[in-house]
Amino acid sequence: MPDSQELSQPPRPATAGALSPGEEKPAVEFRDIDIAYGKFVAVRDFSLSIAKGSFVTLLGPSGCGKTTILRSIAGLVDISDGQIMIGGRRVDDVPIYKRNIGLVFQSYALFPHKNVFDNVAFGLKYRNVPKPEIVRRVGQALEMVRLPGSEKKLPSQLSGGQQQRIALARAIVFEPQVLLLDEPLSALDANMREEMRVEIKKIQKETGITAIFVTHDQEEALSMSDRIVVMNAGAVEQIGTPQEVYDTPATAFVANFLGKANMLAGTVSRSGQAVVLATGQTINVACPRPLADGSKVTVVVRPQKLSVGAAAGANRLSGRVVSASYLGGSAIYEIDIGGQTNIRANAPISGRVLREGEAIDLGFDPEGCVLLDEDGQRIS
Amino acid sequence: MADGVGWMKVGRKQEGRWAWRLTGFVTLCVYIFMFAPIVATVILSFNASMFGGFPMTGFSLQWYAKLMANEQVLTAFRTSLWIALVTSAVTTAVGVVTAFALVRFEFPGKQALSTLVILPALVPETILGVGLLVLIKAIDQPRTMLLLVLGHILLAVPYVVLITQARMVGIRRVYEEAALSLGASRFSSFREITLPLLIPAVVGGALLAFTISFDNTSASLFWRPAGVETMPTQILSMLKISISPEINALGTVMILVTVGIPLLGGLILQSLTRLKRRGQPTEEAR
Repeated sequence: MPDSQELSQPPRPATAGALSPGEEKPAVEFRDIDIAYGKFVAVRDFSLSIAKGSFVTLLGPSGCGKTTILRSIAGLVDISDGQIMIGGRRVDDVPIYKRNIGLVFQSYALFPHKNVFDNVAFGLKYRNVPKPEIVRRVGQALEMVRLPGSEKKLPSQLSGGQQQRIALARAIVFEPQVLLLDEPLSALDANMREEMRVEIKKIQKETGITAIFVTHDQEEALSMSDRIVVMNAGAVEQIGTPQEVYDTPATAFVANFLGKANMLAGTVSRSGQAVVLATGQTINVACPRPLADGSKVTVVVRPQKLSVGAAAGANRLSGRVVSASYLGGSAIYEIDIGGQTNIRANAPISGRVLREGEAIDLGFDPEGCVLLDEDGQRIS
Repeated sequence: MADGVGWMKVGRKQEGRWAWRLTGFVTLCVYIFMFAPIVATVILSFNASMFGGFPMTGFSLQWYAKLMANEQVLTAFRTSLWIALVTSAVTTAVGVVTAFALVRFEFPGKQALSTLVILPALVPETILGVGLLVLIKAIDQPRTMLLLVLGHILLAVPYVVLITQARMVGIRRVYEEAALSLGASRFSSFREITLPLLIPAVVGGALLAFTISFDNTSASLFWRPAGVETMPTQILSMLKISISPEINALGTVMILVTVGIPLLGGLILQSLTRLKRRGQPTEEAR
């Protein structure tokens, strides 16, 4: 396909992903891809375009198809329909070893019989880089992952975190077009995970490489990504910046999967300016368009948007503390607001932490909540 | 069930002691039964007497000397050695590729192939021997060395496949995927990643194939071309004439080869891996 034709194509609404208008070709682009294993359709109608140099996360529960998509970029999984483009080049028929991608696995996958140098040099060797250049670049890459001088060690002599750093060095040393990270932090222990998270993000920034990161951990997704693609059951639920996805979830699934939002069922009154909750309380909401009175909606409120105490916002709810967990700077309350409805509040502590059974006043602003219709879609 | 447990508890201590003694005794018997003939052969090969039997009359190497001068035996030894080497090389190559395909790829008839490959190990050797012979007669071909070697390969392939398959299953696919993603072709990734990780199985398979071929008797009897003797068939034909102590010496040599070669291979392999473990520089970047 000639490049000029490629460029002249108008941007498609379905691929509104992460492509900012100034950019030329997206680093990776999916056009309506389907992936099926026999009769099981793992991914359906997936479209996304990823801007050069951005960090995009595919987030979702296990089995949602996120890893399958990652593997399809690498060429480890064949797509049944659609197109995948890397740097404007269609790669459907390009074998994995010619795709020029860096791949980091959950299980590190360092070659156990090769030392660190040979592991990191592997990709350069197959790109016919002259030996002195290989030595220089391997040294540089090891410096970047803060393990200089480890060339002679075998993978078995390294800790999990160190192995994953080497795997990262191996994947970026030959400057691939895309870096694919398949749950690279999941096999590490909690402390290491935190550290590697920062490290990976830093290296991605420094090198300016386009990174696609797969995880089921919302914290990882929120803290590292430029864009998050929330997936469920083989389809995209929402694409947006971490803040967009968190603050304005497009669907009930997103609201629930990211940070366990409070979902309050109710019916519309005052043409969408207020909602009568199942518990009988009425709350004001900021609905972007008028709604028919009496239609059923769900009000989504993040635990962090709820404030505790007398000074609370425009909407007021009162209830009893079911449980309280003290987190140092803040506390998480589980509150019974009647009608068998519990809500969670995560609020900074002023004064003392309330105990179980105590009465509590809650408040939040109409702007702090999102309305979902009966199908769980955001009303906008 | 509950009764059984209670009964076991009561008599456990004493019974345990007896069970141990019995186990020890049986084990000892088994070992004597297994190794006495071998030990007798080796000892008697150094006997000075003409008649193979105890008590020994003195120490002598004359039977070995006689063996070395026996042109027939030497020819048979060389024949067996060649056949075993060729069998080992071909079987290992075929077996490794087959095992790789069986573990890594999905294709129609995979289950059937995996059963078929193992079959020669399950069919009695004599039947296999007669079968191949009948086939050769049916298509009107003479018995040649090639047939003999092919027969040995047939016999050894199942073992090599089984050994390699077991190891292959343990090699995670991500290593190959990683190599491919880094730019190695499928062949390169097999050569550089899979094969080195398979080496213990490859060496083990090769040694086993060698021994299977080297001491095969019954099938060789059917397949060997006229006038060709392998070591085992040579011994058999010598036995027909007389039980000379020379055969003890020959037996000892056979034992040495069939036990010594795998042992040697194992030792070499062990020292090789130890060398690698030490993290010797192996920069082979081109």
